[in-house]
Amino acid sequence: MNNQTIVGQTVAAPAIAHTRAKLSAAFLLGAALVFLVGFAHPQAVHDAAHDTRHSMAFPCH
Amino acid sequence: MLNRIVLVALLAGGLAGLAGSLLQQLTVVPLILAAEVYEKAPLHHHHEMGSAVSMQDATAAPQVPSAAPGPEEAPWRGYQRVAITTVATVGAAVGFSLMLLVLMISSGDTLDWKRALGWGAAGFVVCGLAPSMGLAPELPGSSAASLETRQLWWVGTAIATAAGLWLMLRPGAQWRIAVGVLLLLAPHVIGAPHPEAFASNVPAELAAAFTARSLVLQAVLWLMMAGFAGYFWTRGETAAPARAA
Repeated sequence: MNNQTIVGQTVAAPAIAHTRAKLSAAFLLGAALVFLVGFAHPQAVHDAAHDTRHSMAFPCH
Repeated sequence: MLNRIVLVALLAGGLAGLAGSLLQQLTVVPLILAAEVYEKAPLHHHHEMGSAVSMQDATAAPQVPSAAPGPEEAPWRGYQRVAITTVATVGAAVGFSLMLLVLMISSGDTLDWKRALGWGAAGFVVCGLAPSMGLAPELPGSSAASLETRQLWWVGTAIATAAGLWLMLRPGAQWRIAVGVLLLLAPHVIGAPHPEAFASNVPAELAAAFTARSLVLQAVLWLMMAGFAGYFWTRGETAAPARAA
């Protein structure tokens, strides 16, 4: 998490903003996965995740 | 860096999710299958010995009941149901691991698997304990308020609890502790949405066992996700320090 240039790869944006963007992207990706498994309404998603939603106490039905 | 976060989350979430799936199939899924028999049953109670599913049966024989398909009938059966449930559990574990890992990295703390366990405990409080205070882990067939309001309360509670814990436990001014406590309490003062009446056919013994096992399963899953995430992240740092940038 600093300004170093990695061999064969230059960091275009200021490094801190760049790091924040990457961290945010990873966090959002994780949240999207949790949303899909735990919250998404489409019937097919609900059916597939049904037992996991109950097991992990996500609101279901 | 993004690649490494995703890789570590895949490893941690994958391992924790697979181990958690095994535990899930052994502990809570038999109770879900048993509850579905009652969910499909008409609303009057069965008192005949033959129709009651004992907990022993439920734990010993985790087969999908052969009752007629009801409106809540899951289309997944047998080993396919085990497989899709495993996929879902691993998916949730990878997602939680990603979010947990980002927060652990953002904190700037030194990470190892033991310190990560503390983060895992916090994750369990945020997504397990705090929401269960208002919305107890429920078996199929339990009565409940509308899905959207419960989901909203669940997410709001998790966010408020996470923010509260962050304020209280990260170094900073004294006021942070007071605001943190308020954030922890707020969702429960507001209160979770509840049904107007109770309508479940599921025996209280099954429901109580399920609630306890669900919370234990979640606690174990969070500790495994965090422990593995801390372990693999630290390992990557010593193995390839240049890629940490």
